[in-house]
Amino acid sequence: MIPMEGLMVAVAALSALAVSCLGRMARGPTVPDRVVALDAMGTVAVAALVVLGAAFGETIYVDVAVIYAILSFVSTLYVARYLEGER
Amino acid sequence: MIWLVYLLVSVGIAFQALGVLALYRFPDVYTRLHGTTMCTTFGSMFVYAGIMLYGAMAMLSGSPEYIALLVRAFMVMALVAATNSVGSHAIARAAHRSGVVPAKAVVDMLRDRR
Repeated sequence: MIPMEGLMVAVAALSALAVSCLGRMARGPTVPDRVVALDAMGTVAVAALVVLGAAFGETIYVDVAVIYAILSFVSTLYVARYLEGER
Repeated sequence: MIWLVYLLVSVGIAFQALGVLALYRFPDVYTRLHGTTMCTTFGSMFVYAGIMLYGAMAMLSGSPEYIALLVRAFMVMALVAATNSVGSHAIARAAHRSGVVPAKAVVDMLRDRR
């Protein structure tokens, strides 16, 4: 099989991007800012999991990514719903 | 041909880096939502396209179990494209309903109409 060490660099870059969303989550002035940061972090983390699955040749990581994408979507909708009802 | 995988993944990571930058540089929640959601969704679609190409190449070069990677990467791509747009719409609607206004807003016709 083709060696895929280069993809580990991509995983490291994507993980660094996902972690760097935490700054806005800590500092965001309003609650929707934090939700936006959480949503972005989820998207980047799903991409990192898919690349990790390709780098290791393990499709179970990609299954984890599918479930994480669904759960991230549900949590976003739930928090949005909560914010709407709070008014 | 393997350089194409690296090119697609690199372009995707660059787009996602721009999206995370937008999270820090924009003034209010709506512009942040716009920049971040669009850039991360589109960038991760580039990444998934690269991974799908990698799976197809590995499948054609003699390891047929990599079709699982191809199919699942396509599944994640469709899922992310469908859910991120709906999720960002829900966040924007919730932000407006909970009283967050844009940074330089002069008039709020949506609230007046409600």
